[in-house]
Amino acid sequence: MADNVGQRFDRLPSTADERTVPGRATRQAVLEYFADRFGMPSETFESYTFWEKGAGKIWIYAGESPSPAELEALGMTCLRTRQEHWKPTTDFAQRFGRAADSCVITLDAEQATAFAAGEDQSLEWDGDWGYLIAAHDIAGGLEPIGVGLYLHGELRSMVPKGRQRTI
Amino acid sequence: MEPLERYRPLIDDFGAFQAACKRPLGIAARVNTIKADPDRTIEALRADGVGVEQADWHPTVLRLETDSPGSTWASFHGFVHTQEEVSSLPALVLDPSPGDRVFDACAAPGGKATQLAALVGDRGTVVANDNNLGRLSALRFNAERLGATALAVTHQDARNFSFNDLAFDEFDHALVDAPCSCEGTIRKNPTTLEEWTEDHVHSVAGIQKGILRRAVQATRPGGTVVYSTCTFAPEENEGVVDHVLAAESCELQAIDVDLESAPGVIEWQGTEYDPSLEQAIRLYPHHNDTGGFFVAKLEVRA
Repeated sequence: MADNVGQRFDRLPSTADERTVPGRATRQAVLEYFADRFGMPSETFESYTFWEKGAGKIWIYAGESPSPAELEALGMTCLRTRQEHWKPTTDFAQRFGRAADSCVITLDAEQATAFAAGEDQSLEWDGDWGYLIAAHDIAGGLEPIGVGLYLHGELRSMVPKGRQRTI
Repeated sequence: MEPLERYRPLIDDFGAFQAACKRPLGIAARVNTIKADPDRTIEALRADGVGVEQADWHPTVLRLETDSPGSTWASFHGFVHTQEEVSSLPALVLDPSPGDRVFDACAAPGGKATQLAALVGDRGTVVANDNNLGRLSALRFNAERLGATALAVTHQDARNFSFNDLAFDEFDHALVDAPCSCEGTIRKNPTTLEEWTEDHVHSVAGIQKGILRRAVQATRPGGTVVYSTCTFAPEENEGVVDHVLAAESCELQAIDVDLESAPGVIEWQGTEYDPSLEQAIRLYPHHNDTGGFFVAKLEVRA
């Protein structure tokens, strides 16, 4: 088995059988996570590859690249792994969240504004606890805003500080 | 404003030019078609009380009536990226196709690289390179907010760009939006000319020549290379392209865009440039009420 090299991009193995780096997520596990948790069809990601750079940080990429590759970025970060509960990124939720149909919490205008500002709020939610995609209605459609953590009647905004905005 | 006096012989209506340079610039934005089309973006902006006018030369270019374009849902969702109206031009002139391998030699902070990603349908490889790590972090932030998945970000000196760590060894197209003396941004940054010197113009022109030469070398025959700056100095514009025309196998192409412009200059302070440089375009602030800009389109020959 090999070590995870934090400073370079390594393409995720398709399945556990092909894994050479301990603890590395597989493409299959990533697709299953997005499908099981958020109902995102695996076909959504058919033409994308997944990469690890840094401990557990997974990137989604549409272009061509050898593996490994030492550069600054390949596509965008999408998921934090190597922890008990995997956590999608805000920007991934915005980019691909339209494909989700479960664990999506719809916020009203006031709640959406608070969420974008990074505020935690008390909310009713009948579904699973844990990471949810928060969405709201804008310009004729439901649009994902980001990722929230729902626990004990409270939705915590996971929008990173630098992305928070007062709208 | 004094340094701009040197351009009096080049500009037909110099009074109108000077007056335009003194007017502050309006706020413009580009629709990020990776996330939303112009209609939905305009609807979202109007719902936030922002006045929007679509530029008649391109449907993805918007003029906004607001002081804080970042505090809108359209911005938060990455439907729009705030950038100067003419800054949207070079990627549109390059006009890459889905699946293309595209090089953005001086890509930070990423407005044009993410536009290139949108133009290839976010399906292809846009290598967004810059030599400045701090500015690359701004590029990465913008790329993620705009949801660009086709970008590979590299940190190299574009003059010696290497294909190490890439899956291919030539590009279909390249954009060189070069670092420059920025004279054309005077409406946005009124102090931009305070540190202007002719020596700086000449030294930055040397860097520009190195970057454009390498971009032409790195592009396949038949591919397009677009060179742009936000400055008026012929030394940094026609002078750079003239140098590369002589040194590399490439030729000028006409630019078809529905904006008022002047042709590239072919004689400046006693130096003559290749006559084909008339096909380059100069956009002066009084032409379209924008910042100043220069664009040249090259085709690489075998």
